[in-house]
Amino acid sequence: MDIFLQQIINGLTTGSVYAIVALGYTMVYGVIQLINFAHGEVVMIGAMVAFTVIMAIVGAGAPLPPIVIVLAGVLAAIPVCMTVGFLLERVAYRPLRHAPRLAPLITAIGMSIILQQLALLIWGRDPRAFPQIMENTSFSLGGAAISSVQIAIILMSIALMAVLTWFVYRTKFGIAMRATAENVSVAGLMGIDANRVIAGTFIIAAGLAAVAGVMYGTYYGIAHYTMGFILGLKAFSAAVLGGIGNLAGAMLGGILLGLVEALGTGYISEFTDLCKWPVVGAEGMLMERCAADGHVVLFGSNYQDVFAFLVLIMVLVFRPSGLLGERVSERA
Amino acid sequence: MASSSPEKGYALLEALNLEVHYGGIAAVKGVSFAVEEGELVCLIGANGAGKTSTLKALARMIPSSGEIHYRKERLDRQPSHLLIGKGMALVPEGRGIFARLTVAENLAMGAYHRNDKDGIAADLAHVYTLLPRLKERAEQVAGTLSGGEQQMLAIGRALMGRPQLLLLDEPSMGLAPLMVEKVFEVIRAVAAEGVTIFLVEQNARLALQTCSRGYVMESGRITLADTSDKLLADPRVRAAYLGE
Repeated sequence: MDIFLQQIINGLTTGSVYAIVALGYTMVYGVIQLINFAHGEVVMIGAMVAFTVIMAIVGAGAPLPPIVIVLAGVLAAIPVCMTVGFLLERVAYRPLRHAPRLAPLITAIGMSIILQQLALLIWGRDPRAFPQIMENTSFSLGGAAISSVQIAIILMSIALMAVLTWFVYRTKFGIAMRATAENVSVAGLMGIDANRVIAGTFIIAAGLAAVAGVMYGTYYGIAHYTMGFILGLKAFSAAVLGGIGNLAGAMLGGILLGLVEALGTGYISEFTDLCKWPVVGAEGMLMERCAADGHVVLFGSNYQDVFAFLVLIMVLVFRPSGLLGERVSERA
Repeated sequence: MASSSPEKGYALLEALNLEVHYGGIAAVKGVSFAVEEGELVCLIGANGAGKTSTLKALARMIPSSGEIHYRKERLDRQPSHLLIGKGMALVPEGRGIFARLTVAENLAMGAYHRNDKDGIAADLAHVYTLLPRLKERAEQVAGTLSGGEQQMLAIGRALMGRPQLLLLDEPSMGLAPLMVEKVFEVIRAVAAEGVTIFLVEQNARLALQTCSRGYVMESGRITLADTSDKLLADPRVRAAYLGE
Protein backbone atom coordinates (compact mmCIF):
# COMPACT_ATOMS: atom_id res chain seq x y z
CA MET A 1 0.00 0.00 0.00
CA ASP A 2 1.24 3.41 -0.86
CA ILE A 3 1.33 5.26 2.48
CA PHE A 4 1.80 8.67 0.89
CA LEU A 5 -1.20 8.44 -1.43
CA GLN A 6 -3.29 6.82 1.28
CA GLN A 7 -2.57 9.63 3.71
CA ILE A 8 -3.36 12.22 1.01
CA ILE A 9 -6.79 10.61 0.59
CA ASN A 10 -7.36 10.46 4.34
CA GLY A 11 -6.15 14.04 4.73
CA LEU A 12 -8.44 15.30 2.00
CA THR A 13 -11.37 13.66 3.78
CA THR A 14 -10.75 15.10 7.23
CA GLY A 15 -9.53 18.34 5.63
CA SER A 16 -12.88 18.73 3.86
CA VAL A 17 -14.68 18.47 7.19
CA TYR A 18 -12.25 20.95 8.80
CA ALA A 19 -12.86 23.32 5.88
CA ILE A 20 -16.64 23.26 6.33
CA VAL A 21 -16.30 23.89 10.08
CA ALA A 22 -13.61 26.55 9.52
CA LEU A 23 -15.99 28.40 7.18
CA GLY A 24 -18.32 28.87 10.14
CA TYR A 25 -15.57 30.39 12.27
CA THR A 26 -14.36 32.66 9.51
CA MET A 27 -17.82 33.90 8.41
CA VAL A 28 -18.78 34.90 11.94
CA TYR A 29 -15.39 36.50 12.52
CA GLY A 30 -15.66 38.38 9.24
CA VAL A 31 -18.96 39.97 10.21
CA ILE A 32 -18.53 40.69 13.95
CA GLN A 33 -14.84 39.96 14.69
CA LEU A 34 -15.82 37.31 17.22
CA ILE A 35 -14.22 33.87 17.57
CA ASN A 36 -17.32 31.80 18.23
CA PHE A 37 -15.71 29.11 20.35
CA ALA A 38 -19.08 27.40 20.74
CA HIS A 39 -19.07 26.57 17.00
CA GLY A 40 -17.44 23.18 17.59
CA GLU A 41 -20.31 22.30 19.92
CA VAL A 42 -22.81 23.11 17.17
CA VAL A 43 -20.99 20.53 15.04
CA MET A 44 -21.28 18.02 17.88
CA ILE A 45 -25.01 18.72 18.26
CA GLY A 46 -25.41 18.12 14.53
CA ALA A 47 -23.75 14.73 14.85
CA MET A 48 -25.80 13.82 17.93
CA VAL A 49 -29.16 14.81 16.44
CA ALA A 50 -28.41 12.97 13.21
CA PHE A 51 -27.28 9.96 15.21
CA THR A 52 -30.52 9.95 17.22
CA VAL A 53 -32.69 10.21 14.12
CA ILE A 54 -30.73 7.53 12.26
CA MET A 55 -30.93 5.17 15.24
CA ALA A 56 -34.67 5.79 15.55
CA ILE A 57 -35.27 4.95 11.90
CA VAL A 58 -33.01 1.90 12.04
CA GLY A 59 -34.63 0.81 15.30
CA ALA A 60 -38.11 1.12 13.80
CA GLY A 61 -36.92 -1.21 11.06
CA ALA A 62 -38.14 1.03 8.28
CA PRO A 63 -37.15 -0.53 4.97
CA LEU A 64 -35.45 2.56 3.62
CA PRO A 65 -32.27 2.69 1.57
CA PRO A 66 -29.27 3.67 3.76
CA ILE A 67 -28.66 6.90 1.88
CA VAL A 68 -32.19 8.06 2.65
CA ILE A 69 -31.71 7.28 6.35
CA VAL A 70 -28.49 9.30 6.50
CA LEU A 71 -30.13 12.12 4.56
CA ALA A 72 -33.00 12.16 7.06
CA GLY A 73 -30.41 12.52 9.82
CA VAL A 74 -28.79 15.45 8.03
CA LEU A 75 -32.13 17.13 7.34
CA ALA A 76 -33.06 16.82 11.03
CA ALA A 77 -29.68 18.11 12.21
CA ILE A 78 -29.65 21.23 10.01
CA PRO A 79 -32.70 23.03 11.48
CA VAL A 80 -31.75 22.06 15.04
CA CYS A 81 -28.22 23.45 14.61
CA MET A 82 -29.54 26.56 12.86
CA THR A 83 -31.81 27.21 15.83
CA VAL A 84 -28.90 26.72 18.23
CA GLY A 85 -26.74 29.10 16.17
CA PHE A 86 -29.49 31.71 16.02
CA LEU A 87 -30.11 31.50 19.78
CA LEU A 88 -26.39 31.68 20.55
CA GLU A 89 -26.16 35.00 18.76
CA ARG A 90 -29.45 36.35 20.04
CA VAL A 91 -29.04 35.36 23.69
CA ALA A 92 -25.30 35.33 24.32
CA TYR A 93 -23.53 37.60 21.83
CA ARG A 94 -25.94 40.34 20.79
CA PRO A 95 -26.23 41.88 24.29
CA LEU A 96 -22.42 42.16 24.25
CA ARG A 97 -22.13 43.64 20.74
CA HIS A 98 -20.66 46.89 22.03
CA ALA A 99 -18.84 45.46 25.04
CA PRO A 100 -15.03 45.19 25.12
CA ARG A 101 -13.91 42.34 22.88
CA LEU A 102 -12.81 40.13 25.74
CA ALA A 103 -16.39 39.87 27.07
CA PRO A 104 -17.96 38.09 24.06
CA LEU A 105 -14.86 35.91 23.74
CA ILE A 106 -15.20 34.63 27.30
CA THR A 107 -18.95 34.28 26.77
CA ALA A 108 -18.22 32.12 23.73
CA ILE A 109 -16.07 29.79 25.84
CA GLY A 110 -18.86 29.73 28.43
CA MET A 111 -21.46 28.86 25.78
CA SER A 112 -19.20 26.08 24.56
CA ILE A 113 -19.16 24.55 28.05
CA ILE A 114 -22.93 25.02 28.49
CA LEU A 115 -23.71 23.30 25.18
CA GLN A 116 -21.37 20.45 26.03
CA GLN A 117 -23.05 19.94 29.39
CA LEU A 118 -26.51 20.09 27.79
CA ALA A 119 -25.41 17.41 25.34
CA LEU A 120 -24.12 15.35 28.25
CA LEU A 121 -27.55 15.58 29.92
CA ILE A 122 -29.41 14.67 26.74
CA TRP A 123 -27.19 11.97 25.24
CA GLY A 124 -25.14 10.76 28.19
CA ARG A 125 -21.41 10.39 28.59
CA ASP A 126 -20.85 7.20 26.60
CA PRO A 127 -19.63 7.48 23.03
CA ARG A 128 -22.40 6.56 20.60
CA ALA A 129 -21.45 4.31 17.73
CA PHE A 130 -22.87 5.51 14.42
CA PRO A 131 -24.61 2.49 12.91
CA GLN A 132 -22.78 1.13 9.90
CA ILE A 133 -25.78 1.22 7.64
CA MET A 134 -23.95 2.43 4.59
CA GLU A 135 -22.11 -0.27 2.78
CA ASN A 136 -18.58 1.07 2.95
CA THR A 137 -17.17 -0.12 -0.34
CA SER A 138 -13.49 0.48 -0.92
CA PHE A 139 -12.07 1.31 -4.28
CA SER A 140 -8.41 0.94 -5.06
CA LEU A 141 -6.72 4.00 -6.42
CA GLY A 142 -3.09 3.77 -7.49
CA GLY A 143 -2.01 1.55 -4.63
CA ALA A 144 -4.23 3.20 -2.02
CA ALA A 145 -7.82 2.67 -0.95
CA ILE A 146 -10.62 5.19 -1.00
CA SER A 147 -13.94 4.32 0.59
CA SER A 148 -17.38 5.34 -0.58
CA VAL A 149 -17.82 7.33 2.64
CA GLN A 150 -14.64 9.26 1.89
CA ILE A 151 -15.83 9.97 -1.65
CA ALA A 152 -19.20 11.13 -0.31
CA ILE A 153 -17.58 13.45 2.27
CA ILE A 154 -15.21 15.04 -0.24
CA LEU A 155 -17.95 15.53 -2.87
CA MET A 156 -20.41 16.88 -0.31
CA SER A 157 -17.84 19.37 0.96
CA ILE A 158 -17.01 20.58 -2.52
CA ALA A 159 -20.72 21.05 -3.20
CA LEU A 160 -21.22 23.00 0.04
CA MET A 161 -18.23 25.24 -0.67
CA ALA A 162 -19.50 25.93 -4.18
CA VAL A 163 -23.00 26.79 -2.96
CA LEU A 164 -21.66 29.00 -0.19
CA THR A 165 -19.34 30.85 -2.57
CA TRP A 166 -22.22 31.40 -4.98
CA PHE A 167 -24.39 32.63 -2.12
CA VAL A 168 -21.84 35.08 -0.73
CA TYR A 169 -20.76 36.49 -4.09
CA ARG A 170 -23.92 36.32 -6.18
CA THR A 171 -26.94 36.90 -3.96
CA LYS A 172 -28.11 40.19 -2.52
CA PHE A 173 -27.92 38.89 1.04
CA GLY A 174 -24.42 37.54 0.43
CA ILE A 175 -23.18 40.87 -0.92
CA ALA A 176 -24.82 42.58 2.07
CA MET A 177 -22.90 40.19 4.34
CA ARG A 178 -19.63 41.25 2.74
CA ALA A 179 -20.61 44.91 2.91
CA THR A 180 -21.46 44.57 6.61
CA ALA A 181 -18.17 42.77 7.23
CA GLU A 182 -16.34 45.70 5.70
CA ASN A 183 -18.18 48.62 7.29
CA VAL A 184 -21.20 48.01 9.46
CA SER A 185 -22.25 51.67 9.87
CA VAL A 186 -22.09 52.46 6.14
CA ALA A 187 -23.96 49.22 5.46
CA GLY A 188 -26.64 50.64 7.75
CA LEU A 189 -26.86 53.74 5.56
CA MET A 190 -27.65 51.42 2.64
CA GLY A 191 -30.66 50.13 4.57
CA ILE A 192 -28.91 46.91 5.58
CA ASP A 193 -30.09 45.79 9.02
CA ALA A 194 -26.89 44.60 10.71
CA ASN A 195 -28.85 42.46 13.17
CA ARG A 196 -30.46 40.51 10.34
CA VAL A 197 -27.16 40.00 8.55
CA ILE A 198 -25.41 38.86 11.72
CA ALA A 199 -28.25 36.48 12.62
CA GLY A 200 -28.22 35.14 9.06
CA THR A 201 -24.47 34.57 9.24
CA PHE A 202 -24.81 32.53 12.44
CA ILE A 203 -27.64 30.48 10.90
CA ILE A 204 -25.66 29.67 7.75
CA ALA A 205 -22.55 28.81 9.77
CA ALA A 206 -24.62 26.50 11.99
CA GLY A 207 -26.20 24.81 8.97
CA LEU A 208 -22.73 24.03 7.61
CA ALA A 209 -21.72 22.79 11.07
CA ALA A 210 -24.65 20.36 11.10
CA VAL A 211 -23.54 18.74 7.86
CA ALA A 212 -19.93 18.68 9.06
CA GLY A 213 -21.02 16.93 12.25
CA VAL A 214 -22.79 14.19 10.32
CA MET A 215 -19.80 13.76 7.99
CA TYR A 216 -17.39 13.54 10.91
CA GLY A 217 -19.59 11.11 12.84
CA THR A 218 -20.10 8.91 9.79
CA TYR A 219 -16.39 8.90 8.99
CA TYR A 220 -15.17 7.93 12.45
CA GLY A 221 -18.30 5.93 13.21
CA ILE A 222 -18.65 7.59 16.59
CA ALA A 223 -20.28 10.60 18.26
CA HIS A 224 -19.55 11.92 21.73
CA TYR A 225 -20.54 15.03 23.66
CA THR A 226 -16.91 16.24 23.78
CA MET A 227 -16.17 15.62 20.09
CA GLY A 228 -16.79 19.26 19.18
CA PHE A 229 -14.01 20.61 21.35
CA ILE A 230 -10.89 19.33 19.58
CA LEU A 231 -12.63 19.43 16.19
CA GLY A 232 -13.57 23.05 16.82
CA LEU A 233 -10.04 23.99 17.85
CA LYS A 234 -8.62 22.31 14.76
CA ALA A 235 -11.08 24.04 12.47
CA PHE A 236 -10.28 27.34 14.18
CA SER A 237 -6.58 26.63 13.52
CA ALA A 238 -7.48 25.96 9.90
CA ALA A 239 -9.32 29.28 9.66
CA VAL A 240 -6.32 31.11 11.14
CA LEU A 241 -3.99 29.23 8.78
CA GLY A 242 -6.00 30.42 5.78
CA GLY A 243 -6.45 33.94 7.16
CA ILE A 244 -9.40 34.43 9.48
CA GLY A 245 -12.26 36.35 7.89
CA ASN A 246 -11.35 35.02 4.44
CA LEU A 247 -13.69 32.37 2.92
CA ALA A 248 -11.22 30.94 0.41
CA GLY A 249 -8.66 30.93 3.23
CA ALA A 250 -10.87 28.77 5.44
CA MET A 251 -11.34 26.25 2.63
CA LEU A 252 -7.62 26.17 1.82
CA GLY A 253 -6.65 26.13 5.51
CA GLY A 254 -8.98 23.22 6.25
CA ILE A 255 -7.70 21.06 3.40
CA LEU A 256 -4.06 21.88 4.18
CA LEU A 257 -4.52 21.15 7.87
CA GLY A 258 -6.13 17.80 7.04
CA LEU A 259 -3.21 16.92 4.78
CA VAL A 260 -0.55 18.02 7.28
CA GLU A 261 -2.25 16.02 9.99
CA ALA A 262 -2.66 12.89 7.88
CA LEU A 263 0.87 12.96 6.50
CA GLY A 264 2.31 13.81 9.90
CA THR A 265 0.44 10.92 11.48
CA GLY A 266 1.41 8.61 8.65
CA TYR A 267 5.11 9.31 8.87
CA ILE A 268 5.76 10.29 12.48
CA SER A 269 6.51 6.74 13.65
CA GLU A 270 8.86 6.22 10.75
CA PHE A 271 10.69 9.48 11.40
CA THR A 272 10.99 8.94 15.10
CA ASP A 273 12.09 5.34 14.83
CA LEU A 274 15.35 5.41 16.76
CA CYS A 275 16.63 2.33 14.91
CA LYS A 276 16.95 4.43 11.77
CA TRP A 277 19.00 7.17 13.40
CA PRO A 278 22.49 7.09 14.78
CA VAL A 279 21.89 7.67 18.49
CA VAL A 280 25.04 8.54 20.40
CA GLY A 281 25.49 7.11 23.90
CA ALA A 282 22.92 4.34 23.97
CA GLU A 283 24.02 2.27 20.98
CA GLY A 284 24.35 -1.01 22.83
CA MET A 285 20.94 -1.01 24.45
CA LEU A 286 19.23 0.37 21.39
CA MET A 287 20.78 -2.19 19.06
CA GLU A 288 19.52 -4.96 21.28
CA ARG A 289 15.98 -3.68 21.18
CA CYS A 290 16.14 -2.93 17.48
CA ALA A 291 17.33 -6.44 16.89
CA ALA A 292 14.47 -7.77 18.99
CA ASP A 293 11.54 -5.54 17.87
CA GLY A 294 12.75 -4.12 14.58
CA HIS A 295 11.81 -0.58 15.62
CA VAL A 296 11.88 1.69 18.64
CA VAL A 297 9.38 4.46 18.02
CA LEU A 298 9.54 7.68 19.99
CA PHE A 299 6.22 9.20 18.85
CA GLY A 300 3.37 7.14 17.42
CA SER A 301 0.22 8.01 15.53
CA ASN A 302 -1.49 8.83 18.85
CA TYR A 303 0.27 12.19 18.48
CA GLN A 304 -2.18 12.97 15.65
CA ASP A 305 -3.73 15.97 17.40
CA VAL A 306 -0.38 17.69 17.86
CA PHE A 307 0.03 18.64 14.22
CA ALA A 308 -2.91 21.00 13.99
CA PHE A 309 -1.66 23.01 16.94
CA LEU A 310 1.93 22.96 15.69
CA VAL A 311 0.58 24.50 12.50
CA LEU A 312 -1.40 27.07 14.52
CA ILE A 313 1.71 28.08 16.49
CA MET A 314 3.84 28.31 13.33
CA VAL A 315 1.23 30.49 11.61
CA LEU A 316 0.93 32.79 14.61
CA VAL A 317 4.72 33.14 14.75
CA PHE A 318 5.57 33.49 11.06
CA ARG A 319 2.43 34.74 9.34
CA PRO A 320 -0.23 35.91 11.82
CA SER A 321 -2.48 37.14 9.02
CA GLY A 322 -2.67 33.63 7.54
CA LEU A 323 -2.01 32.43 4.00
CA LEU A 324 -4.68 34.51 2.25
CA GLY A 325 -5.42 37.10 4.93
CA GLU A 326 -4.66 40.77 4.70
CA ARG A 327 -2.46 42.48 7.22
CA VAL A 328 -4.47 42.94 10.39
CA SER A 329 -3.85 46.68 10.46
CA GLU A 330 -5.82 47.03 7.24
CA ARG A 331 -8.94 45.48 8.70
CA ALA A 332 -11.59 47.88 9.83
CA MET B 1 -37.06 81.54 0.78
CA ALA B 2 -34.81 81.26 3.81
CA SER B 3 -36.19 81.38 7.26
CA SER B 4 -33.94 81.42 10.29
CA SER B 5 -36.68 80.10 12.57
CA PRO B 6 -38.50 77.55 10.47
CA GLU B 7 -42.08 76.69 11.29
CA LYS B 8 -42.82 73.11 12.29
CA GLY B 9 -43.98 70.80 9.53
CA TYR B 10 -42.94 73.25 6.87
CA ALA B 11 -39.43 72.05 6.10
CA LEU B 12 -38.38 68.72 4.56
CA LEU B 13 -35.71 68.32 7.23
CA GLU B 14 -35.57 70.19 10.48
CA ALA B 15 -33.24 69.89 13.46
CA LEU B 16 -34.16 71.45 16.79
CA ASN B 17 -31.61 71.85 19.55
CA LEU B 18 -29.47 69.01 18.26
CA GLU B 19 -26.70 68.00 20.66
CA VAL B 20 -23.96 65.41 20.29
CA HIS B 21 -21.63 64.31 23.07
CA TYR B 22 -18.56 62.10 22.89
CA GLY B 23 -18.00 60.94 26.43
CA GLY B 24 -18.10 64.17 28.37
CA ILE B 25 -17.18 66.38 25.44
CA ALA B 26 -19.89 68.25 23.58
CA ALA B 27 -19.23 68.27 19.84
CA VAL B 28 -22.59 69.78 18.82
CA LYS B 29 -24.10 72.18 21.35
CA GLY B 30 -27.73 72.64 20.47
CA VAL B 31 -28.03 73.56 16.80
CA SER B 32 -31.26 74.19 14.90
CA PHE B 33 -31.65 74.41 11.16
CA ALA B 34 -34.04 73.53 8.39
CA VAL B 35 -33.86 72.41 4.78
CA GLU B 36 -36.84 72.90 2.53
CA GLU B 37 -37.88 70.68 -0.36
CA GLY B 38 -35.81 71.32 -3.49
CA GLU B 39 -33.22 73.46 -1.71
CA LEU B 40 -29.45 73.19 -1.92
CA VAL B 41 -28.17 74.22 1.52
CA CYS B 42 -24.68 74.07 2.92
CA LEU B 43 -23.14 73.89 6.36
CA ILE B 44 -19.65 75.35 6.43
CA GLY B 45 -17.10 75.66 9.18
CA ALA B 46 -13.57 74.84 10.20
CA ASN B 47 -12.21 71.41 10.96
CA GLY B 48 -13.63 70.19 14.29
CA ALA B 49 -16.56 72.62 14.31
CA GLY B 50 -19.01 69.69 14.63
CA LYS B 51 -20.23 69.48 11.04
CA THR B 52 -19.65 65.77 10.56
CA SER B 53 -21.13 64.99 13.99
CA THR B 54 -24.24 66.93 12.96
CA LEU B 55 -24.62 64.86 9.77
CA LYS B 56 -23.95 61.59 11.57
CA ALA B 57 -26.63 62.49 14.10
CA LEU B 58 -29.08 63.26 11.29
CA ALA B 59 -28.35 59.85 9.75
CA ARG B 60 -28.67 58.20 13.20
CA MET B 61 -25.12 56.85 13.06
CA ILE B 62 -24.39 58.33 16.50
CA PRO B 63 -26.69 59.07 19.45
CA SER B 64 -27.83 62.64 19.97
CA SER B 65 -30.39 64.63 21.89
CA GLY B 66 -32.80 67.19 20.48
CA GLU B 67 -35.36 66.69 17.74
CA ILE B 68 -34.94 65.70 14.12
CA HIS B 69 -38.01 66.08 11.92
CA TYR B 70 -38.21 64.71 8.41
CA ARG B 71 -41.46 65.01 6.50
CA LYS B 72 -43.27 65.60 9.79
CA GLU B 73 -41.83 62.36 11.18
CA ARG B 74 -39.53 62.23 14.20
CA LEU B 75 -36.26 60.61 13.15
CA ASP B 76 -34.27 60.94 16.35
CA ARG B 77 -35.39 57.55 17.71
CA GLN B 78 -35.17 55.65 14.43
CA PRO B 79 -32.40 53.17 13.59
CA SER B 80 -30.04 54.20 10.80
CA HIS B 81 -31.02 51.44 8.37
CA LEU B 82 -34.63 52.64 8.06
CA LEU B 83 -33.75 56.15 6.82
CA ILE B 84 -32.94 55.29 3.21
CA GLY B 85 -36.38 53.77 2.84
CA LYS B 86 -37.84 57.11 3.89
CA GLY B 87 -35.87 58.89 1.16
CA MET B 88 -32.84 60.16 3.06
CA ALA B 89 -29.33 59.17 1.97
CA LEU B 90 -25.92 60.15 3.36
CA VAL B 91 -22.65 60.15 1.47
CA PRO B 92 -20.37 59.75 4.48
CA GLU B 93 -17.12 61.50 5.25
CA GLY B 94 -14.21 59.72 3.60
CA ARG B 95 -16.69 58.23 1.05
CA GLY B 96 -17.21 54.94 2.92
CA ILE B 97 -17.21 52.82 -0.20
CA PHE B 98 -16.97 49.04 0.23
CA ALA B 99 -13.39 48.66 -0.97
CA ARG B 100 -13.51 44.87 -1.42
CA LEU B 101 -16.77 44.90 -3.37
CA THR B 102 -16.90 45.69 -7.07
CA VAL B 103 -18.25 49.00 -8.31
CA ALA B 104 -21.41 47.25 -9.50
CA GLU B 105 -21.86 45.55 -6.12
CA ASN B 106 -21.42 48.88 -4.33
CA LEU B 107 -24.15 50.37 -6.51
CA ALA B 108 -26.39 47.35 -5.91
CA MET B 109 -26.01 47.87 -2.16
CA GLY B 110 -27.24 51.43 -2.62
CA ALA B 111 -30.56 49.94 -3.77
CA TYR B 112 -30.58 47.25 -1.08
CA HIS B 113 -33.89 48.33 0.45
CA ARG B 114 -35.68 48.36 -2.92
CA ASN B 115 -37.39 45.49 -4.69
CA ASP B 116 -38.55 47.21 -7.89
CA LYS B 117 -36.25 45.49 -10.39
CA ASP B 118 -37.20 47.76 -13.30
CA GLY B 119 -36.81 50.90 -11.24
CA ILE B 120 -33.39 49.79 -10.00
CA ALA B 121 -32.26 49.00 -13.55
CA ALA B 122 -33.46 52.41 -14.72
CA ASP B 123 -31.66 54.17 -11.88
CA LEU B 124 -28.49 52.21 -12.58
CA ALA B 125 -28.60 53.29 -16.21
CA HIS B 126 -29.17 56.86 -15.03
CA VAL B 127 -26.19 56.72 -12.62
CA TYR B 128 -24.01 55.33 -15.39
CA THR B 129 -25.06 58.20 -17.68
CA LEU B 130 -24.34 60.75 -14.96
CA LEU B 131 -21.06 59.07 -13.96
CA PRO B 132 -19.75 57.23 -17.04
CA ARG B 133 -16.47 56.32 -15.36
CA LEU B 134 -18.39 53.98 -13.06
CA LYS B 135 -19.75 52.05 -16.00
CA GLU B 136 -16.25 51.55 -17.41
CA ARG B 137 -15.12 50.21 -14.06
CA ALA B 138 -18.27 48.33 -13.07
CA GLU B 139 -16.53 44.97 -12.51
CA GLN B 140 -13.47 46.47 -10.84
CA VAL B 141 -12.94 46.16 -7.09
CA ALA B 142 -13.83 49.57 -5.64
CA GLY B 143 -10.65 49.83 -3.57
CA THR B 144 -8.66 50.19 -6.79
CA LEU B 145 -10.48 53.36 -7.88
CA SER B 146 -8.86 56.79 -7.58
CA GLY B 147 -10.05 59.12 -4.82
CA GLY B 148 -12.25 61.10 -7.20
CA GLU B 149 -13.75 57.96 -8.69
CA GLN B 150 -14.46 56.67 -5.19
CA GLN B 151 -16.31 59.91 -4.38
CA MET B 152 -18.31 59.53 -7.60
CA LEU B 153 -19.10 55.95 -6.59
CA ALA B 154 -20.23 57.07 -3.12
CA ILE B 155 -22.57 59.62 -4.69
CA GLY B 156 -23.80 57.17 -7.32
CA ARG B 157 -24.42 54.56 -4.64
CA ALA B 158 -26.51 57.04 -2.63
CA LEU B 159 -28.52 57.91 -5.76
CA MET B 160 -29.33 54.22 -6.25
CA GLY B 161 -31.54 54.53 -3.18
CA ARG B 162 -33.54 57.15 -5.11
CA PRO B 163 -33.33 59.68 -2.25
CA GLN B 164 -35.39 62.85 -1.94
CA LEU B 165 -32.84 64.28 0.47
CA LEU B 166 -29.12 63.79 -0.03
CA LEU B 167 -26.69 64.57 2.78
CA LEU B 168 -23.11 65.04 1.60
CA ASP B 169 -20.17 65.09 4.00
CA GLU B 170 -17.06 66.86 2.65
CA PRO B 171 -17.25 65.60 -0.92
CA SER B 172 -14.16 67.66 -1.85
CA MET B 173 -11.96 66.13 0.83
CA GLY B 174 -8.59 64.93 -0.42
CA LEU B 175 -9.36 65.55 -4.09
CA ALA B 176 -7.35 67.46 -6.70
CA PRO B 177 -8.95 70.82 -7.72
CA LEU B 178 -9.99 69.52 -11.14
CA MET B 179 -11.70 66.52 -9.54
CA VAL B 180 -13.39 68.76 -6.95
CA GLU B 181 -14.88 70.76 -9.82
CA LYS B 182 -16.18 67.56 -11.44
CA VAL B 183 -17.71 66.33 -8.18
CA PHE B 184 -19.51 69.65 -7.71
CA GLU B 185 -20.78 69.52 -11.31
CA VAL B 186 -22.38 66.19 -10.42
CA ILE B 187 -23.87 67.66 -7.23
CA ARG B 188 -25.42 70.53 -9.23
CA ALA B 189 -26.79 68.05 -11.77
CA VAL B 190 -28.37 65.96 -9.01
CA ALA B 191 -29.89 69.09 -7.47
CA ALA B 192 -31.24 70.11 -10.86
CA GLU B 193 -33.15 66.82 -10.96
CA GLY B 194 -35.06 67.92 -7.89
CA VAL B 195 -33.12 66.16 -5.14
CA THR B 196 -32.85 68.28 -2.01
CA ILE B 197 -29.24 68.59 -0.88
CA PHE B 198 -27.69 69.36 2.48
CA LEU B 199 -23.96 69.81 1.92
CA VAL B 200 -21.26 69.90 4.59
CA GLU B 201 -18.03 71.47 3.33
CA GLN B 202 -14.78 72.95 4.51
CA ASN B 203 -14.29 74.54 1.11
CA ALA B 204 -16.58 77.47 2.01
CA ARG B 205 -16.26 79.43 -1.23
CA LEU B 206 -17.15 76.50 -3.45
CA ALA B 207 -19.97 75.44 -1.15
CA LEU B 208 -21.53 78.91 -1.01
CA GLN B 209 -21.17 79.34 -4.77
CA THR B 210 -23.02 76.05 -5.25
CA CYS B 211 -25.76 76.46 -2.66
CA SER B 212 -28.47 79.07 -2.32
CA ARG B 213 -28.26 79.27 1.42
CA GLY B 214 -25.79 78.41 4.15
CA TYR B 215 -25.15 77.94 7.83
CA VAL B 216 -21.83 78.68 9.49
CA MET B 217 -20.79 76.41 12.32
CA GLU B 218 -18.19 77.30 14.94
CA SER B 219 -17.18 75.07 17.87
CA GLY B 220 -20.48 73.20 18.01
CA ARG B 221 -22.82 76.15 17.40
CA ILE B 222 -24.40 77.73 14.36
CA THR B 223 -23.22 81.33 14.40
CA LEU B 224 -24.50 82.61 11.06
CA ALA B 225 -27.36 81.69 8.77
CA ASP B 226 -28.14 83.51 5.56
CA THR B 227 -28.33 83.38 1.79
CA SER B 228 -25.10 82.43 0.08
CA ASP B 229 -24.73 85.89 -1.51
CA LYS B 230 -24.94 87.61 1.83
CA LEU B 231 -22.59 85.13 3.51
CA LEU B 232 -20.08 85.54 0.69
CA ALA B 233 -20.19 89.28 1.29
CA ASP B 234 -20.12 89.08 5.09
CA PRO B 235 -16.80 90.41 6.41
CA ARG B 236 -16.65 87.77 9.18
CA VAL B 237 -17.09 84.94 6.66
CA ARG B 238 -14.61 86.57 4.29
CA ALA B 239 -12.00 86.83 7.03
CA ALA B 240 -12.49 83.42 8.60
CA TYR B 241 -13.37 81.13 5.67
CA LEU B 242 -12.57 82.80 2.38
CA GLY B 243 -9.04 83.85 3.26
CA GLU B 244 -9.50 87.50 2.44
